[in-house]
Amino acid sequence: MPRIGVFVCHCGENIAGTVDCAEVARAMGELPGVVHSVDYKYMCSDPGQNLIRQAIQEKRLTGVVVAACSPRMHEPTFRRTCAESGLNPFLCEMANLREHCSWVHERTPLTTQKAIDLVRVIVEKVKRNRPLHPINVPVTKTALVVGGGIAGIQASLDIANAGHKVILVERDPSIGGHMAQLSETFPTLDCSQCILTPRMVEVAQHPNITLYTYSELEKLEGFIGNFKATIRKKARGIDEKLCTGCGLCTQKCPTKKIPSEFNAGLGYRAAIYVPFPQAVPNKPVIDRAHCTYYKTGRCKLCERVCPTKALRYDQEDELIQVEVGAVVAATGYDVKGCDFFPEYGYGKYKDVITGLQFERLASASGPTLGVIKRPSDGRTPETVVFIACAGSRDPAKGIHYCSKICCMYTAKHAMLYRHKVHDGRAYVFYMDIRAGGKMYEEFVRRAIEEDRVNYVRGRVSRIYERDGKLIVKGVDTLLNSRPIEIPADMVVLATAMVAHKDAEELAQKMKVSYDPDHFLAEAHPKLRPVEMNTAGIFVAGACQAPKDIPETVAQASGAASKVIGLFSKDELSREPVVAVVNRTGPPLYSTCVGCFLCESACPYQAIEREEIRTRDGKLIKTVARVNQGVCQGCGTCVALCRSKAIDLQGFTNEQIYAELVAL
Amino acid sequence: MAEFQPKIVAFVCNWCTYAGADLTGTSRIKYAPEVRMIRLPCTGRIDFMLLIQAFGQGADGVIVSGCHPGDCHYTAGNFHARRRWIVFRRLLDFLGIDLRRVHFAWVSAAEGAKWAELVNDVADQIRKLGPYQAFPKRLERRSESVGAG
Repeated sequence: MPRIGVFVCHCGENIAGTVDCAEVARAMGELPGVVHSVDYKYMCSDPGQNLIRQAIQEKRLTGVVVAACSPRMHEPTFRRTCAESGLNPFLCEMANLREHCSWVHERTPLTTQKAIDLVRVIVEKVKRNRPLHPINVPVTKTALVVGGGIAGIQASLDIANAGHKVILVERDPSIGGHMAQLSETFPTLDCSQCILTPRMVEVAQHPNITLYTYSELEKLEGFIGNFKATIRKKARGIDEKLCTGCGLCTQKCPTKKIPSEFNAGLGYRAAIYVPFPQAVPNKPVIDRAHCTYYKTGRCKLCERVCPTKALRYDQEDELIQVEVGAVVAATGYDVKGCDFFPEYGYGKYKDVITGLQFERLASASGPTLGVIKRPSDGRTPETVVFIACAGSRDPAKGIHYCSKICCMYTAKHAMLYRHKVHDGRAYVFYMDIRAGGKMYEEFVRRAIEEDRVNYVRGRVSRIYERDGKLIVKGVDTLLNSRPIEIPADMVVLATAMVAHKDAEELAQKMKVSYDPDHFLAEAHPKLRPVEMNTAGIFVAGACQAPKDIPETVAQASGAASKVIGLFSKDELSREPVVAVVNRTGPPLYSTCVGCFLCESACPYQAIEREEIRTRDGKLIKTVARVNQGVCQGCGTCVALCRSKAIDLQGFTNEQIYAELVAL
Repeated sequence: MAEFQPKIVAFVCNWCTYAGADLTGTSRIKYAPEVRMIRLPCTGRIDFMLLIQAFGQGADGVIVSGCHPGDCHYTAGNFHARRRWIVFRRLLDFLGIDLRRVHFAWVSAAEGAKWAELVNDVADQIRKLGPYQAFPKRLERRSESVGAG
């Protein structure tokens, strides 16, 4: 027999001003099953809560309905009150008389009638509530970080320093990412590799971090606290335990004219190579697509010169399975190719280069050892034009967003050029200058005032060659849109920051959401920037949206702190509003017929298959089972189920039908 | 004869429309008092047979409202609801149920004004259409026996 207690709140004048609360309480007292019905000024206050506590004990209530504000406001408050008094918190529900009734209607008998209807609906629901208990899920205290750029490095170090194990997976032969390719970073003009490489070494030497380079995430299964990841460790072609990193193989390799990815195509590397001198790990990798031995079966020079006999040509990819509790996605960005800008002549003129290529020219470890030289003939350019927004903010070229870092790095490039070529002339064609970070505006001012970079507000329509110079045709909108022509020796395009080509594939592997530009989607753009909708997977860095290094590091530390918070308990406690497949005795065992419509519909992959067998192992039937650790309680499966075998605790079919009847 | 007060049942999702209606309340925007909301975790939870049940219990109009496509709190529940709705509409039409009495909308948690507008529009429309006689009333309307009336 249900014994429901109804508590109608006046909320001061908020509800009482429009609704006749005493009348509501009286009407509820007449309902079958309601043994206690009162109204009070402020239910959420201490005396108000005491009313509930006393009633639960004195009248042995089996359910509580608080008719007051929105459950989104005070449901946790009242559920706690009930829990403290010994009543299962899920036997307490709220009827929204404030936001949905008193605040939106006038003081009429109709409003009080509506209030009565609303409370009655919830009373009928609560009569059918069952006590529910939080679900405990064990947590594996190892984190998987996908991506070894500055975001992945920072997150790994934070998690490892907190005492947890980290597995860092990086696709390239070395960690470091794009930050390792930069020459100097804004706004301090710190040497990029000088601030990065100590961290890279720390990662390699950290006892809590297992580093897998030249490896990719093959598969990710499981759920929060209990993931199973498969890592494909691609074959380097060398035995890493024997290799000392002496570099002889790289020196002697006869195939030397492969465009270097690290140098953005401006320099060359060998078929067996270490991407850059400060690579971590400092071990070479054989590029099987270009190596003569793999193509023709002849050569093997590297094996002959290797002092430790570390070459292993028939090494194969290794698949490694690991168990982790949380995943951090830190896969970074890519630079958009410029072939869609035929008017700028990229690809046609060797001296029209991208921002990343200019970084490599300016870098002391780059193909020109830091001397700014034209890629075509090696001469020093006397006039360099920098074009900002080459691709970004341009719906016609497919990229609507702003790539955020280009204004700053264009100013930086112009300054670096002027520092290295003292009598050189630098022009920047811009639309806006976006310098919002700390010391950023001062940095740009410095470029304009101290380093005398000429900023021209306007866009460039064409670049063509004449008399050995690249003629840049643009317009100066601040001078009445006067057309400008600059004969330049080199043009640098500030290209857009885009997601990797296979970002979509990776997101699908991890079952996380991504946006139309293939950036990974955070759970909430304002308030949950490091989590994703898939519980247990966090995001950091440019793979989520274009951002600069300080923001990346901040976000990586944020993601790490979420992981550390997750690992701070041995078990994860979850709200029990989850779906359950019914189970009965033999011969039926369950009304579920095993159609698994629910399995394909579940947005969280929370449905598993369970085999029901006899004692001798004979299969009777396969039914669905809900993984209570993953289920978020949306109820899509419940509506889909043809046999009505699955139900959502807290919003059961029985409850909703009862609510409708009560209306 | 008392003026016809339509009974409108709204199946709303907890995260968007319920919150949107909360916002309507917080903004003190007034709307027609005839609507009764049933809170569900997601529009995906709605078995459309519930709508038939609502009519059977004397509803004159039904509103189904949830998060905008792409914004579902559970990522995909509203897509399922939308697909079901498209099929269900044809079924309702085939059965001869007046489609003007059923409304499907997307109201987000920020659209307090839109919720009020929606309810007012629907209430107006139902008032013009009159009480829904197609379903035999299985139970007496409880509201007539309790409270001020």
